[in-house]
Amino acid sequence: MALLEVEDLRVHFKTDDGVVKAVDGISYSVDAGQTLGIVGESGSGKSVSSMTVMGLTRAKNATITGSIRFDGKELLTASEDELRAVRGGPISMIFQDPLSSLHPMYKIGKQLVEAVRTHQDVSKARALDRAVEMLGLVGIPEPRRRADSYPHEFSGGMRQRVMIAMALCNDPKLLIADEPTTALDVTVQAQILDLLEKLKRELDTAIVLITHDLGVVAEVTDDIAVMYAGRIVEKAHRDDIFAAPEHPYTWGLLRSIPRLDSPRDEELVPIPGRPPSLINPPSGCSFHPRCPYVREAHTRVDPLLEAVPGAAGHEVACLLPPATRRALWAELSTGADPEAAKAVATAAGAGSGTGSVRREEEAS
Amino acid sequence: MAHGDPLIEVRDLVKHFPITKGLIRAKQVGAVQAVDGVSFDIREGETLGLVGESGCGKSTTARLLTRLLDPTSGTIEFRGKDIASLSRKELKPFRRDMQMIFQDPYSSLNPRKTVGSIISEPFIIHEPSVGEKDRKCRVQELMEQVGLNPEHYNRLPHEFSGGQRQRIGVARAIALKPKLIVADEPVSALDVSIQAQILNLLRDLQRELGLTIVFIAHDLSVVRHMCDRIAVMYLGRVVELAGADELYNHPRHPYTGALLSAVPVPDPRLAKAKVRQVLTGDVPSPTNPPSACRFHTRCPKVVMGKCDVDDPALDPKEGGNLAACHFPLSDREVATQVPTAAA
Repeated sequence: MALLEVEDLRVHFKTDDGVVKAVDGISYSVDAGQTLGIVGESGSGKSVSSMTVMGLTRAKNATITGSIRFDGKELLTASEDELRAVRGGPISMIFQDPLSSLHPMYKIGKQLVEAVRTHQDVSKARALDRAVEMLGLVGIPEPRRRADSYPHEFSGGMRQRVMIAMALCNDPKLLIADEPTTALDVTVQAQILDLLEKLKRELDTAIVLITHDLGVVAEVTDDIAVMYAGRIVEKAHRDDIFAAPEHPYTWGLLRSIPRLDSPRDEELVPIPGRPPSLINPPSGCSFHPRCPYVREAHTRVDPLLEAVPGAAGHEVACLLPPATRRALWAELSTGADPEAAKAVATAAGAGSGTGSVRREEEAS
Repeated sequence: MAHGDPLIEVRDLVKHFPITKGLIRAKQVGAVQAVDGVSFDIREGETLGLVGESGCGKSTTARLLTRLLDPTSGTIEFRGKDIASLSRKELKPFRRDMQMIFQDPYSSLNPRKTVGSIISEPFIIHEPSVGEKDRKCRVQELMEQVGLNPEHYNRLPHEFSGGQRQRIGVARAIALKPKLIVADEPVSALDVSIQAQILNLLRDLQRELGLTIVFIAHDLSVVRHMCDRIAVMYLGRVVELAGADELYNHPRHPYTGALLSAVPVPDPRLAKAKVRQVLTGDVPSPTNPPSACRFHTRCPKVVMGKCDVDDPALDPKEGGNLAACHFPLSDREVATQVPTAAA
């Protein structure tokens, strides 16, 4: 049994403009000592889904269905008291903005002591020892003295390390890190990523890492889920996502960022258009208005997350036939633009054309 | 790309922000040395990148170039004329040749003005003789040029997405056909799929209009993609200056090496292959920077007795890079630290 199992999770918010389907049926699981990367743009539902794990999206206008089992226990139906015992204890979270997640008027040490004493029955002195130990672990110099400082006396990177120290002070089994390095410089980012790897290795912590940065997930994750418009559109082992991506959106992401390891004059291929509205998501495949390979049926049929034939653990929600997808990526990965790739793939995939027609008929 | 003569020559540029104490009779007790003796040229038609961690002075340098800030000392020669000490009035004719694109497309546009009037503003200030009808015509051409629908002339900024707003900012910047555009983190507030749209737009416009661009970003992959030459800044100084290929293939300053080593590469095979060079600690305070070479407190190659007493000059090193370092990186060191560097 996996440590965290999320099944068919849906989080909908009722607003004046309509129902926002922030998360619309996602499933994933994370084992101890594993890191899952959730990649997506703003509005893809990656943050809402993980905040729901912590019970942070329970609002009057929210409808949450599905199941979230942690260590075999259902969290969606847990009472507020039960959740409080879980938050900051066995599951803890690091947020993107370290300045707004620390109380500006309490000293760092005091805030850490509070976190420890919420979950452990220890004296203040013992709790402070623990706090100082954790500050040392995350690389704060002179931790005993710095525990006596206020958040504003710390730099951005140090504050983020304090947040990590706080998240770790009760030995969590699961750490949810929501864009933990986005606000930081690359050099500090490298320090934080090293720290996350050390945790996984030494404490067997499971980590859910939410980010929009493909470079970050390539460095520290085991599995990757790509989210788009509230759904997971592709899920696979890290190496497969980068070597043999299956979804046109994943291709778009990989090809629209400049990389240090590609030729300098290589043209970027942006994804046309912009992320869809979650109130009136497009019919059929939600990526179809931006997809260069869209076919008529894709505007009607909703793709399911299905296993990729011949690739263990690789799942994708795309209506294109697998052979066509493979031909397209083979073209794209050599640097062809979407139009050229489409032409080649159509010519080469003549045999698979019938397959796709049958598939579309089946679906409709 | 044709790299002509220097359009701008910056020499010993300094900007110190005073720190004062006391309310009534404020006394200066120190200074934030944001930019401290920076010299470089910007050649006509090129894209010069400025990179460095937050607080290194790259944005201050940008604002000094466009004279949005007054320098403490030093010269900025624009086509041979020093503009560093010109008065507001004397500056006006130069302003139209230097435009800026800002980081945050949400706060850099007046929320109460229509897109049309935001983009017309430069014409109203610098070409008051142009009639209203003519102006509207030119604004709509500009909107077309940056990929906006000209029919949206009367819309307000909040009706546009982040990427479209940044296009409005670009249209405003190119309205007067400036010589120089200073783009301060133009894509860092945008989603990844939108970033490429704006980067491609800037490149296309540069080709069409022969623009010279100063491009500031903290994302080293984006800078490599966009720039011909790159200046790496650390604590108010330029520590390395080189062509993009030279800088990324064989960085010479240990700080550049560490920066490149820290960039996460979206390729698991390369990520596994490299030994990440992690700098310890944070950037020291610019109010009290370290003596001599400012990087010596964090440098993996530091030699005490040399680096902390003798300030290195920005000199040519092996491969043609200019670097301010006594002990520059060798090719072998680069190869182990930076797997993306070509051998």
